[in-house]
Amino acid sequence: MDFPLFFLDFFGNRILIAIVASVHVFINHPLAVGAWPLVMLMEWWGRRKGDADWDHLMYKITFVLFIVTTTVGALTGVGIWFTTALIAPFGIGTLLRVFFWAWFTEWLVFVSEVVLVMIYFLTWKRWLAGWQKSLHIGVGALLSGFSWLTMMIIVGILGFMMGSGNWPEARTLFSGFFNPIYIPQLAFRTSFAMGTAGLFVWFLLYFFTKKHSDLRRRAVRFVSGWMLIWSVPFAASSVWYWQVVPDAMRANVDVGLMTQRFAQWHETLAVIMAITLVALLLAALVGLARPKLIPRVALLIPFILGVWLLGHFERVREFIRKPYVIADYMYSNGVKVSELPVFQRDGILPYSTYVEHHTVTSANEIEAGRDVFLVTCSRCHTTSSGVNAVVNKFENLYGTGPWDDAALTAFINTMHTSRTFMPPFPGNDREVKALTAYLKELQKNRELLFGAQAGWTIRNNNQAQTGTP
Amino acid sequence: MRHLVLFAQAVPVPRDLELPLPIGEWELKLILVLLFLVHIFFVNLMVGGSLLSVFFEILGLTRPRYDSLAKKIAETITVNKSLAVVLGVGPLLCINLVYTIHFYSANALTGYAWFAIIPLVIFAFLFAYLHKYTWQIWTGGRKRLHVITGGFSAFLFLCIPLIFLTNINLMLFPGKWAEVGGFFSSLQIGNVFPRYFHFLSASLALTGLFLAGWFGRRKFPREKHLPDFTRVELRRLFYRVAFYVSLAQLVFGPLLLFTLPGVGVTGTLYWVILSGAAVVLIVLHILWRQIKMPDEKISRLYIPIWMLFGVVVLLMGTGRHVYREACLVEHKQMIADETARFNAIELATQMSIRAGMGAGEALGGGMTGEKVFQNCAACHAVDRVLAAPSLREVYSLYKDNPAGIVAWSKNPGKKRPQFAPMPSFAHLGDEKLTLVADYILEIASGADSAKSEPSD
Repeated sequence: MDFPLFFLDFFGNRILIAIVASVHVFINHPLAVGAWPLVMLMEWWGRRKGDADWDHLMYKITFVLFIVTTTVGALTGVGIWFTTALIAPFGIGTLLRVFFWAWFTEWLVFVSEVVLVMIYFLTWKRWLAGWQKSLHIGVGALLSGFSWLTMMIIVGILGFMMGSGNWPEARTLFSGFFNPIYIPQLAFRTSFAMGTAGLFVWFLLYFFTKKHSDLRRRAVRFVSGWMLIWSVPFAASSVWYWQVVPDAMRANVDVGLMTQRFAQWHETLAVIMAITLVALLLAALVGLARPKLIPRVALLIPFILGVWLLGHFERVREFIRKPYVIADYMYSNGVKVSELPVFQRDGILPYSTYVEHHTVTSANEIEAGRDVFLVTCSRCHTTSSGVNAVVNKFENLYGTGPWDDAALTAFINTMHTSRTFMPPFPGNDREVKALTAYLKELQKNRELLFGAQAGWTIRNNNQAQTGTP
Repeated sequence: MRHLVLFAQAVPVPRDLELPLPIGEWELKLILVLLFLVHIFFVNLMVGGSLLSVFFEILGLTRPRYDSLAKKIAETITVNKSLAVVLGVGPLLCINLVYTIHFYSANALTGYAWFAIIPLVIFAFLFAYLHKYTWQIWTGGRKRLHVITGGFSAFLFLCIPLIFLTNINLMLFPGKWAEVGGFFSSLQIGNVFPRYFHFLSASLALTGLFLAGWFGRRKFPREKHLPDFTRVELRRLFYRVAFYVSLAQLVFGPLLLFTLPGVGVTGTLYWVILSGAAVVLIVLHILWRQIKMPDEKISRLYIPIWMLFGVVVLLMGTGRHVYREACLVEHKQMIADETARFNAIELATQMSIRAGMGAGEALGGGMTGEKVFQNCAACHAVDRVLAAPSLREVYSLYKDNPAGIVAWSKNPGKKRPQFAPMPSFAHLGDEKLTLVADYILEIASGADSAKSEPSD
């Protein structure tokens, strides 16, 4: 990648994206996608029964949804963009060029969604009866539709990253939507969102209703019924998605290989899916039969399971697309498949703008190796602390003693065949040697490496000053 | 010549992304400027509303009727701030596309601050909600806490545009990127602060004008919400805010213009900005007349004032764009040349690979067991234990059974607790695996150990 390199060595670039994206998905699925249709349905139900207390309860729940979705929910969504633009500008920049119209449409839907959220909440106490109430419920229905639409579009873009089908030959917007795992993934996310929305609303009910009130009993039963109904598509789409994922994985590595780690994760996914489903069903059934039996804390169990499931789900999904950031076109370190031979012949440093050294010499070997590390490894790896540190990886492999040069060299040259989720090394033999020297230095001297946000040429300037006669 | 060399060293000239823009560059720029102006309008109302709300709440500590006014202003922030955020995504999309290299580079160079925008906006919004929804609750002894809450939210609202502005400013001066060491040092580049103050007073002026209409409109239930004010009084008050703040722009405007780094200053820029300034003078004149009008006539020119303000905003927005383009035109050309140069190298390399020479050779014909063994050499050596059993040990297990090595490599498991499990190499295919199995047995038999282990 030929951008200044933002790098969080003490923490890990990938974990930053993972945290922002996870928070967003955990809020977005149950709250923004799942909860609106449930709340709208409950509002309609309350109106049918002419129950003002019920309506006021739904207003309070909407207040919480409104606050959370318009702050943390919306901003972490924008935040995914901010973080990916910082960490992988090559990837997000390229995706934007392919998906401009999809994202533009998504944006228009997002604007509509937020406007509808505001109308829905802010007019609740003004549009209370008659046709105004019908209009209000209509706004709720429209809001539910638009929230789901944003997810529908984004999942298409995610699908594109994971398996490009006939891309890059036919670089079209719709190839992402015709990805074979698109529909199963959307079905899984939708039913997951609906099911966990029930848990969330149920949890909130306890704050806004009295302990032994009839209102609480009725509301819990309603929510339980909702969850029970959604657990059927949830079970079905889980199985469906689980079955199609290995195909996507195979399509991506294109040589019919499944890594052990993937196989292991895939099995774990099935287990967590099953446990979450059972917990959800159990909660729903008890809620229907004995609405007062389940305490507030117990609801956290299926919810945490859901968070675990979604976290693991996203992890597997992210894993499928590796070693690419865009399947068959660009590796996760920003190197295009087509430019790889150039770098392997000439080295990557001569073609990198934001590095200290553009050629490796015997005098600058370790520093040039550091540059190679920054350009080729730092999108996924930290040096010695933080998540996914290379020093830890090599110590797991070779132990804490001095590492063997030949082994390191062989590893770097063939890591893409032994660990197929990693891209091939995009540099020449001289750079492999420099990187090896840097890694061995790093093993001895675990110094933090700072990215462009701390000044990309600070070192360079010092060098220039001392180097100038 | 010497000058050129120095210049080339100071200005980083990276390669651009390969894929073309999804729509024409000019169409994108037009959409960018228009969408940005809509976005910045709500940003102005968000920042201005937040500042005015706190200002009037403090005023309300001694004069209670201003407290209810401050509360009503705070209520307008809920909608305006959400629109500011969602409407910002569209222009952000466009700027990411049109100025990919420059924008992303500025983001990375101010990385911590750029990322901090997300939590800052979240907290600004949460505190704005807290401020709004505790107005009737945090009274009496807690009123001070309430004012501080509003003040903190306003402070966060002030930080966010400064970070954006610094980024937009930094991207214009690639020649300075080498000097930047994070957000605070990039504040010193260009003229961030004159621009920031210009933005702040524009925010207050637009908010004043907005509130003059919002509270001065006939449908506003004034008797219910602000019984201590008359409609005319409210309108005049906010016209006054708009007038005096716009008057301050007569200082900030020229300050901004004359501190602009010369690189992007052109004749066109002067024409656009000065026409904008001329319209500002007309607006000021009308506002002053409105403030002095007798009560019954005060509302008549509200729409025309907005239209003139719209013209000002459009001209100033155009001026910014003209400046940006002039700043970057040369650098964009350098990037385009560099990208073309690299693309030619890339193409030539691919052609030579297709012709069967060069970089592809290692993977192509003449495959030998020794070459394939590179895939194994990270973990296996003849006499030593690297990350897996030595080849001597492999030899003792598979002595006359190369097919056993092939089978194991295709579907390995975990045998020894001290090693990580071996990954599958099924993707190398039977042919290569057979080659490497024979090779392993050959060198491990002791016949040819020096060949693969020069260090031993």
